[in-house]
Amino acid sequence: MNSNREELRIGFYVCHCGHNIAATVDCAEVARYVGTLPHVALSREYKYMCSDPGQELIQQDIREHKLNRVVVASCSPLLHEHTFRGATEAGGLNPFYFHMVNIREHNSWVHTDRKEATEKAKALAQAAIERVAHHKALEVKRVKIHADVLVVGGGIAGIHAAMTMANAGKKVYLVEREPTIGGHMAKFDKTFPTLDCAACILTPKMSEVGNHPNITLWTYSEVTKVDGYVGNYKVTVKHKPRYIVEDACVGCMECIDACVYKTPKFEDEFNEGLGKRKPVFIPFPQATPQVVIIDPETCLNLKTGKCKKTCVEACADRMAIDFTQKETFDEIEVGTMIVATGFKTFDAKRVPAYGYGIYPNVYTALEVERLVNASGPTGGEVITRDGRHPKSIGIIHCVGSRDKKTNVWCSRVCCMYSMKLALLLKEHTGAEIYNFYIDIRTPGKGYEEFYNKLLDEGVHFIRGRVGEVTDWAMTPEEEGKLTIRVEDTLAGYVRRIPVDMVVLATGLEPQQDAQDVRRLFNLSCGGEGWFLERHPKLAPVSTFTDGIFIAGGCQGPRDIPDTVAQAGAAAAECLALIDKGYVEQEPNTAFVLAEECSGCKSCIPLCPYTAITFDESSKVAVINEALCKGCGTCVASCPSGSIVQNLFEDDEVFSEIKGVLAYD
Amino acid sequence: MSKPKLGIYWCASCGGCEETVVDLAEDILGVVEKVDIVLWPVAMDFKYEDLRAMEDKSIFATLLNGAIRSTEQEEMAHLLRRKSQYLIAYGSCAVTGGIPGLANQFPREQILKYVYEETPSTVNEKKTRPQLKFVESGREVHLPELWNVVRSLDQVVDVDFYVPGCPPTPNITREAVNALLSGKLPPKGSVLCPDKALCDECARKDSKPTNVAFVEFKRPHQQLLDPTKCFLAQGVVCMGPATRSGCGAQCTSGNMPCTGCFGGTSRVRDQGAKILSSLCANIEAKDEAGINKALEGIPDPVGTFYRYGLAKSLLRRRVNLPA
Repeated sequence: MNSNREELRIGFYVCHCGHNIAATVDCAEVARYVGTLPHVALSREYKYMCSDPGQELIQQDIREHKLNRVVVASCSPLLHEHTFRGATEAGGLNPFYFHMVNIREHNSWVHTDRKEATEKAKALAQAAIERVAHHKALEVKRVKIHADVLVVGGGIAGIHAAMTMANAGKKVYLVEREPTIGGHMAKFDKTFPTLDCAACILTPKMSEVGNHPNITLWTYSEVTKVDGYVGNYKVTVKHKPRYIVEDACVGCMECIDACVYKTPKFEDEFNEGLGKRKPVFIPFPQATPQVVIIDPETCLNLKTGKCKKTCVEACADRMAIDFTQKETFDEIEVGTMIVATGFKTFDAKRVPAYGYGIYPNVYTALEVERLVNASGPTGGEVITRDGRHPKSIGIIHCVGSRDKKTNVWCSRVCCMYSMKLALLLKEHTGAEIYNFYIDIRTPGKGYEEFYNKLLDEGVHFIRGRVGEVTDWAMTPEEEGKLTIRVEDTLAGYVRRIPVDMVVLATGLEPQQDAQDVRRLFNLSCGGEGWFLERHPKLAPVSTFTDGIFIAGGCQGPRDIPDTVAQAGAAAAECLALIDKGYVEQEPNTAFVLAEECSGCKSCIPLCPYTAITFDESSKVAVINEALCKGCGTCVASCPSGSIVQNLFEDDEVFSEIKGVLAYD
Repeated sequence: MSKPKLGIYWCASCGGCEETVVDLAEDILGVVEKVDIVLWPVAMDFKYEDLRAMEDKSIFATLLNGAIRSTEQEEMAHLLRRKSQYLIAYGSCAVTGGIPGLANQFPREQILKYVYEETPSTVNEKKTRPQLKFVESGREVHLPELWNVVRSLDQVVDVDFYVPGCPPTPNITREAVNALLSGKLPPKGSVLCPDKALCDECARKDSKPTNVAFVEFKRPHQQLLDPTKCFLAQGVVCMGPATRSGCGAQCTSGNMPCTGCFGGTSRVRDQGAKILSSLCANIEAKDEAGINKALEGIPDPVGTFYRYGLAKSLLRRRVNLPA
């Protein structure tokens, strides 16, 4: 139906949004004014247009008043454009004969002067009335969704998401850049507030992932390229050489015993450098996959080519060691993706006053996790770098959190893990434990109870941001100790507390390469570098790229329960898309007027989605509608005006501008 | 049976458009055979009074070239509109303001001062300026007044058809006249010219790479130009992608880039803005320093991108000029 030829009958509705709009905009006046404009058949105000009665009103008016265009002035189209298009369609019109005016985010929420805000609302409404006359009937197209899923990051978030989807019967690719999955959680000793052993609850899930028939696990691998669009992504994955044939290695570790280095000599990354490993190693006993790896930086053969290769002898006819391995690439097709690339911990050296890297007995929390762990470098014995059993321990909270000099955000987990470590350290050493905190934040199930338990256990809590950690003794008791200088803001004076060991509760930060990952997956980032969700409340795991979801610490600091919940949510979002089978594509795509295109090729390199190609036979540009996201770049740049975008045709845009400028 | 009457008139123009009519060469005889030329000041004598005396709509068609920037031109535009069945904006100046339209960047006083006092070839010690009125031996002589703003013909009167070009080429002129005489006319307001961009008929089209990624821009005199390769691929601004074809790609065939005289296509409201968004989006540098360096090669952006179209563009004129 082409309504352009019929008489235009526009229905206009202004929404109060309770007081959100009505408190600042005189809705009755807006409705009255718009009612006087040409082609406006009716103009109403209503309290909540998005409510069922509000939508019903539109449908009824379309039928009774023979409306052929609908304009609603309310909130952001992001929120309710879909709703009102639906109502327009239910009323019997093409949904794209609807247009929305944002008088909430763009008006009532940002203005205080009622008169001015009302005038602005009228101008914006007039623009929409002018525009909607040029709207055309458009069709929503459906694109099939590839059922396979990619999960990036093998921490607890990625593991949980992958398992959920694999158990639902979907084929999942799980890509992890480290040699093993497990992420940060694998390094933890116990988990708060229940004190479950982290390994006991995590490692069964890890091996389940490793053995799941629906999961293709690629460790020591990275995503290098992402092309395509929701439902049809093409992803390139790079496999870094681990110099081990994964399929041939059985994880017997005989090569490790046989290595020409008789004792472990190199810093062990998994144990935060507190232990040593050989050039051929397995990160930790329950690593998944159970496959060793050779570090080319330290392996004698890979560095010098001169080695007896006793490892190869030990491996014998399994022949799992391959020093000639090179990077390899796989290209996969998936319909949806979950990015769960995690976080990094704050580098404690950035706060030199706390002495990390200067005094050997200053530790980060993650180091202490390894120190108290039975499979850690000391077998769970808490012994300081200078070989002592600490009698007193200070735990400094908020290192790299809630601090304008470093990171302003609260890292959310440090209060709880500090208290957990306090308890574990007390159990392991019997030492006096002092917590130095700004505020204790325990918003979580059973968290406040955990805090109370600690108070009962006699752990000391001193409220104040620590000024410095020093080995400069001022009293005999301070000799040979580290003194923590702090203003006790509850007691009201500056205290000096000598301890044997200092633990820094380092905060959480975005990964070093978060920006690269963001670009790779076309995500958005907040100012701090955390990946941005589509809506903080209503779309917390969605991103601005359809079909790509986020979960876990890459989105912001969070603890394990929240991470797992979010991973489950992201998996559910993927499953919902996959099981629906198709995505509806907004028809706001661009197309080339093939008869008019001169073939100048200006548009082709500009398309961010590589949707435009040059047809060598007809010598014109061609846009792949399925790839087009409707960004409009090519439309604006086409020098001969031969690319048109649905919903953003020149007549529509210029009439809207004219409408707003003509209002006075 | 009297032949249809044809008028040819000029306003703010250089005379090049008149030259095109002469360039029809032998074909002009064919035209003359079919029409009575009733008005052509460049070639024939006539008086305004004769024109005023004619009946309204008695001229079949008038080809008016030149922009409108004085009271006299405005008066003649209105008069010819009244007397003509078809008024045709002929040539870039009438269609979009043309080269004279570039004056819309400057205040009238600055223009007059420069022209009557400051040009290197001017000797005018008394600083005499043209006067609107002048009395000599008891007779009062009048001169037209120069406007502040240069306008295209359709910004002053209703126009039926447009024939672009600086000047229009003989072939499109011939086709326009034939279309008028045969009565096979497109809808009113049409440009009598193809509606595809120049690249379509440019012999260099195939030599344009997909990604030109401009690092710098050169003007034609700054380097030897490859006679076969796309100018944009040589870093030379060519308005071809944003300009109507129909000229037969004469400039690019003559190893000079298109300067855009045929104007944008019917789908474009601002030719300069269009070529700008296309060229700028294709500049390789993404940082400000690199972009500035590339732009150094375009010292006169208005004169480059709006050479013929400023008066009719969305920009129209310097914002603080009096209307």
